[in-house]
Amino acid sequence: MASEAQGAETGGLEFHPMDQFNIESLFGGPIAWYTPTNAALWMGLAILAVIGLMVLTTTKRSVVPSRGQSVAELAYGFVYKMVEDVSGKDGVVYFPYIMTLFMFIVCANFLGLIPMSFTTTSHFAVTVVLAMAVFLTVTVLGFVKNGTKFLGLFWVSSAPLALRPILAIIEVISYFVRPVSHSIRLAGNVMAGHAVIKVFAGFAAIAVVSPIAIAGIVAMYALEILVSFIQAYVFTILTCVYLKDALHPSH
Amino acid sequence: MEGELAHIGAGLAAIGSGAAAIGVGNVAGNFLAGALRNPSAAASQTATLFIGIAFAEALGIFSFLVALLLMFAV
Amino acid sequence: MATDTQSAAEASGPGMPQLDFSTWGNQIFWLVITLVVIYLILSRVALPRIASVLAERQGTITNDIAAAEDLKAKAQEAEAAYDKALIDARAEAGRIVAETKAGIQADLDKAIATADTKIAAKAAEGEKVIAEIRAGALDNVKVVAKDTAKEIVAAMGGKADAKSITAAVTARMKG
Repeated sequence: MASEAQGAETGGLEFHPMDQFNIESLFGGPIAWYTPTNAALWMGLAILAVIGLMVLTTTKRSVVPSRGQSVAELAYGFVYKMVEDVSGKDGVVYFPYIMTLFMFIVCANFLGLIPMSFTTTSHFAVTVVLAMAVFLTVTVLGFVKNGTKFLGLFWVSSAPLALRPILAIIEVISYFVRPVSHSIRLAGNVMAGHAVIKVFAGFAAIAVVSPIAIAGIVAMYALEILVSFIQAYVFTILTCVYLKDALHPSH
Repeated sequence: MEGELAHIGAGLAAIGSGAAAIGVGNVAGNFLAGALRNPSAAASQTATLFIGIAFAEALGIFSFLVALLLMFAV
Repeated sequence: MATDTQSAAEASGPGMPQLDFSTWGNQIFWLVITLVVIYLILSRVALPRIASVLAERQGTITNDIAAAEDLKAKAQEAEAAYDKALIDARAEAGRIVAETKAGIQADLDKAIATADTKIAAKAAEGEKVIAEIRAGALDNVKVVAKDTAKEIVAAMGGKADAKSITAAVTARMKG
């Protein structure tokens, strides 16, 4: 790909920042829709991580929590409070759904930070499905719960009458951009961080700048840990915001 | 030739990342200024802060994506 | 560069694996399975369990607080009862002291009175005895003086009659 020889003395600098996102069949052969791939493997590991974090730690059901159990309770309380605060009391019904999204994204993001691992959330296929699931759920829910009143979301009744059609167009566009930005934000952030780390790693091949490159990798890795969590948080909280719009469409 | 132009375009698109950085800094800085004026209201608005940062950052990610597309997919 | 990109693209689809739509079906398939499994795990096992633990803890804390309030009230009650008992005991002690004092005073007064009467009786008796003795002594002196005067008169050779001697002695003794 971007394999330009930087100079004769460096022996050619090889940048393959996107190779880490390649989907490969685990046992060779072509990739059909059912083939177990590295993506499937790391999604399975995400399931195991969720089980380990939320099920195995809480088997004792102790009133005074152990370390693992308090992590599980912290995650539970974090998402529960988010749903309750943002979506309101009637949004709590959808808490398991939102918790599923949050746990999957956060586990996949952090598993993707393990060196040599595969980051499932860096693929648009994954995030688009997640975002479309949220978008379709919210839209259907809005119409089921509120009927045609859900369209009031696009009709800004507090604006002057002359402006309302224009605002309605803007609102409709922004409504349909939601799944796009929702999915690209997550995948883009994760992909960008990983690609930048790979670029720094490519520079580490030059002995002179390798200390700087490695320091850069460390710094980017720390930032990626932050981004992994924040993107999961943002994805979840935006889901809550959309859910609030569906439940209470009035502006 | 086309490839070189695509790379130049990718570089131009990457400017958008810097613009998004300005936007994110704006959001965070204004939040901090507001939080220092009224610290008691700050805690309840952190969710809004993150939503604002997410929206600002998403546009930077779009430009980054355009850059990547120009680099690798065109 | 362009040829490079194209050869890479021919080797493994487009340059960005994310845009290789041939793998999307596979990823979506596994993603849906993953999400369903996580949803089932969370909604069937993990979330009810954590919710029950949290509820139980909340209940325990509430109970403990209630129990603590109870115990506090009891302690305050006990303190009040203790204070009351202390005050009662003090009053009782004061009463007993006063009573005892009064009893002792009465006994003392009685004893003093008895002693006074006894002393008065003894003193009267003594005075009587002294008076008797004194009277006895005067009579004796009178007899002795009469006898002595009679003897002296007789010795002088006179004849003294008893009447005049008695008169003379009485007169002298008065003088």
